Amino acid sequence: MSSSSPPPPPPAGAASAAISAAEKVDGFTRKSVRKAQRQKRSQGSSQFRCQCNQPELHPLPQLKDATSNEQQELFCQKLQQCCILFDFMDSVSDLKSKEIKRATLNELVEYVSTNRGVIVESAYSDIVKMISANIFRTLPPSDNPDFDPEEDEPTLEASWPHIQLVYEFFLRFLESPDFQPSIAKRYIDQKFVQQLLELFDSEDPRERDFLKTVLHRIYGKFLGLRAFIRKQINNIFLRFIYETEHFNGVAELLEILGSIINGFALPLKAEHKQFLMKVLIPMHTAKGLALFHAQLAYCVVQFLEKDTTLTEPVIRGLLKFWPKTCSQKEVMFLGEIEEILDVIEPTQFKKIEEPLFKQISKCVSSSHFQVAERALYFWNNEYILSLIEENIDKILPIMFGSLYKISKEHWNPTIVALVYNVLKTLMEMNGKLFDDLTSSYKAERQREKKKELEREELWKKLEELKLKKALEKQNSAYNMHSILSNTNDELKKKPATSVG
Amino acid sequence: MAGAAGPAAGSGAAGGDGDDSLYPIAVLIDELRNEDVQLRLNSIKKLSTIALALGVERTRTELLPFLTDTIYDEDEVLLALAEQLGNFTGLVGGPDFAHCLLPPLESLATVEETVVRDKAVESLRQISQEHTPVALEAHFVPLVKRLASGDWFTSRTSACGLFSVCYPRASIAVKGEIKQYFRSLCSDDTPMVRRAAASKLGEFAKVLELDSVKSEIVPLFTNLASDEQDSVRLLAVEACVSIAQLLSQEDIEALVMPTLRQAAEDKSWRVRYMVADKFSELQKAVGPKITLNDLIPAFQNLLKDCEAEVRAAAAHKVKELCENLPIEGRETIIMNQILPYIKELVSDTNQHVKSALASVIMGLATILGKENTIEHLLPLFLAQLKDECPEVRLNIISNLDCVNEVIGIRQLSQSLLPAIVELAEDAKWRVRLAIIEYMPLLAGQLGVEFFDEKLNSLCMAWLVDHVYAIREAATSNLMKLVQKFGTEWAQNTIVPKVLVMANDPNYLHRMTTLFCINALSEACGQEITTKQMLPIVLKMAGDQVANVRFNVAKSLQKIGPILDTDALQVEVKPVLQKLGQDEDMDVKYFAQEAISVLALA
Repeated sequence: MSSSSPPPPPPAGAASAAISAAEKVDGFTRKSVRKAQRQKRSQGSSQFRCQCNQPELHPLPQLKDATSNEQQELFCQKLQQCCILFDFMDSVSDLKSKEIKRATLNELVEYVSTNRGVIVESAYSDIVKMISANIFRTLPPSDNPDFDPEEDEPTLEASWPHIQLVYEFFLRFLESPDFQPSIAKRYIDQKFVQQLLELFDSEDPRERDFLKTVLHRIYGKFLGLRAFIRKQINNIFLRFIYETEHFNGVAELLEILGSIINGFALPLKAEHKQFLMKVLIPMHTAKGLALFHAQLAYCVVQFLEKDTTLTEPVIRGLLKFWPKTCSQKEVMFLGEIEEILDVIEPTQFKKIEEPLFKQISKCVSSSHFQVAERALYFWNNEYILSLIEENIDKILPIMFGSLYKISKEHWNPTIVALVYNVLKTLMEMNGKLFDDLTSSYKAERQREKKKELEREELWKKLEELKLKKALEKQNSAYNMHSILSNTNDELKKKPATSVG
Repeated sequence: MAGAAGPAAGSGAAGGDGDDSLYPIAVLIDELRNEDVQLRLNSIKKLSTIALALGVERTRTELLPFLTDTIYDEDEVLLALAEQLGNFTGLVGGPDFAHCLLPPLESLATVEETVVRDKAVESLRQISQEHTPVALEAHFVPLVKRLASGDWFTSRTSACGLFSVCYPRASIAVKGEIKQYFRSLCSDDTPMVRRAAASKLGEFAKVLELDSVKSEIVPLFTNLASDEQDSVRLLAVEACVSIAQLLSQEDIEALVMPTLRQAAEDKSWRVRYMVADKFSELQKAVGPKITLNDLIPAFQNLLKDCEAEVRAAAAHKVKELCENLPIEGRETIIMNQILPYIKELVSDTNQHVKSALASVIMGLATILGKENTIEHLLPLFLAQLKDECPEVRLNIISNLDCVNEVIGIRQLSQSLLPAIVELAEDAKWRVRLAIIEYMPLLAGQLGVEFFDEKLNSLCMAWLVDHVYAIREAATSNLMKLVQKFGTEWAQNTIVPKVLVMANDPNYLHRMTTLFCINALSEACGQEITTKQMLPIVLKMAGDQVANVRFNVAKSLQKIGPILDTDALQVEVKPVLQKLGQDEDMDVKYFAQEAISVLALA
């Protein structure tokens, strides 16, 4: 057929302003091409509601020029001055003040990182206030409702020239040898951390990177906040998995968790195991898995290295959430399984070999060659090979059917070649079993077919029974109805006869 | 399976459930346990058949315990199970045994996957209605309590949806407990649970006594509305509607409005968006007086919010807001308090805002009447008709009928024309498609003369568009126009132009002729079809492109019923027979299909 059929209608609001000549010609230019033409955008925070009159900033004297008596006072004044915010979406307003604030922030960064003894107790309040005023803000709505982090350019934070320096300052403050958590915890409390965690949703990767380091430092220095931080990350992840499916900072949070898990004491607390099973494993279902899979797999493997008894539930969990239609994700799952098998204990392997190899056998016969190829690469792994060899009598019967079939039917020659190698390896491991399976292959297929027929038969019978029952019910309802109406008739008649 | 075939005949004799042994539970359970998820899923979807085969007693004693014990499966299977169990009361022996269904549903209500849990809750709600008040307190309420005090957030989240179904039928003492449980979920540690509670707050308020609403629900509402998480706060806005509906004016003012005012100015745009999105409901719930005093100023703020999302949501509500104002004084309020803000939005920087406004602004014409429309709205319409964003223009054009009723479309036609022409030639085919759909409507309102003069050529140009969807829409547009303007008009203006295309060098255009004939023949009637269209179709049977030839066969099949038997036998039949011998298999296929449909064999 020659007529082109129309593509599906666009999502609401997908119209974009710029129309290229190429588009005029065919109207079907690829989404990515169109997106690339759009200029990089930046975004302000959601807080500039009404433009109140900004006070103009006046430069204060340099800290290094002040006497040591005045320095402390001046330091606080500068911190207070930096609490004033500017609208960076408006690139022409307050230029002078913006420059003053930038220079001041730079000076502050320099001041706390090169001087000792400047972070005194009285300064903490002003420091945290300045940081909060600048970084805590409601993140604006995403400019691009179907933002695809893999393909689209992120929207960058407009006020970055200031915010970057604030983060810089925050880090120097936390890392300073003078920094005392016992004083800071009055200001850096649960509410503070809560707000900090919300910022991980920022679309700007530069900001998330700073946040990652900041949170890591806070986790390291504030023992009292650790449980709280873990719980809140937990909540963010659960919201991400089950409610919004959207959170920009998942990879960064997982990266922090990776090192947190590394430090868990043994035996693992129930809370941590629950986190693994109820949060990390379900996280594999997210549609944007590719963006954080490496970090996620790292966390999972960290857990297994701590406690090998978790292997079985983890693998069963992964099998439960095994991707059904997304080949790209299937490849990632296979990668993670290989990472797990790399550290598995032989006793644990025995517990999951059956369900696991049933899945692997499905993967090797996938018609998507990348999936099949990834699964077949397991046979290049020495350690996995040794595990298979140890358990060949269990694994070969599971794998044989699919391998035999692919060796005859798969469309991709590379896969067929790989399968021949695998079959050869397996045959060398247990030649007798291999021969038995080869000879019983046909009978096995026939038994399966027969079973299939029996199943159909069973359901047909059940359906018939259902119909019959429904009919009976109808009839009995009808009978009931006629009995009732008969008795009614009789009742009506009765008085007449009695009178008669 | 061995036993399955045998005693089928015995079923009638045994009567009732006597033939249950026919299907050993093991066989059925085997099906539910099959390794293949798809087969398992199929079996679960036919769970009612299995239960029927087992009979009510064995369903209760064997099947349900099995289901309860083996709830570890793929979520897809669990979802099907949760759905099935909601309709299972009859299969376990009626309302007296409805409580047997609670254990498996309770487990399902605790799983992680939201869709499964929601379905389980839905089924539980359904089944709760089938419980007697006694059974409800003996079985259902304890279940709700267990869920509400579950360890993991999932069970507590599920519990939130069950309070409102058991409260009305519970005794006073139990009612007290239920409220207590709900209260504690509203201040749960986990935001997921607070969100669930907040989203059910309105529903729960509706089943409570008015006193309890005031003394217990309102404080919960106030707390949730000032939650630290904006995702919780925004749900309180929804609850606000339900709660306000229950209260008197004074109570609304005292108990609800402070919170609502705060929500309208929340620092999170999501909450403000929610207020804008729910504005009509809120307006109805709080009544006209509070609307005038409080909501209108809030609405003005939302219309000039710093986030485009919020402005767009508010712009969408402009018409409904105005419609729902009390008729007395409505005009003045709109003119003085709403219109100035609307004027600003017409030149908003964000196209979604403008397009939201354009989709409702025409509706104001009927509310404001002729004079105001001409003086104040018309300039806005005209400005939007010239907007750079096609969606805005399209939204205005698609709502022209509202204005037509009030001031007639003539006022607009001078500006309308360039806007239509520009949209008709827009580079995006979806825009062109959208404007085509409004052509019949426009034609009706502008009249045949105007149409012939200005728009006809556009309609013909679409027939040779390079996108198939446009050509297709253009043909059905022609049909609608013919229905509107009549066959004589068709014969004079449309048909000749369509038929000329049959000689076009481009085969796609030649096919368009055929598609037009398919669409027009019925509206044009027998005479035109036989005299003007049929000869062209028949001539095209000799086209060198196979696609054209099999479309000839399809067209003949289509117009056949309109022709008289004479023409069919003498003219159509030989051509179809010839096509039936064509070398191309598709041509052959469609020719033979036409022959058999037209009974020409």
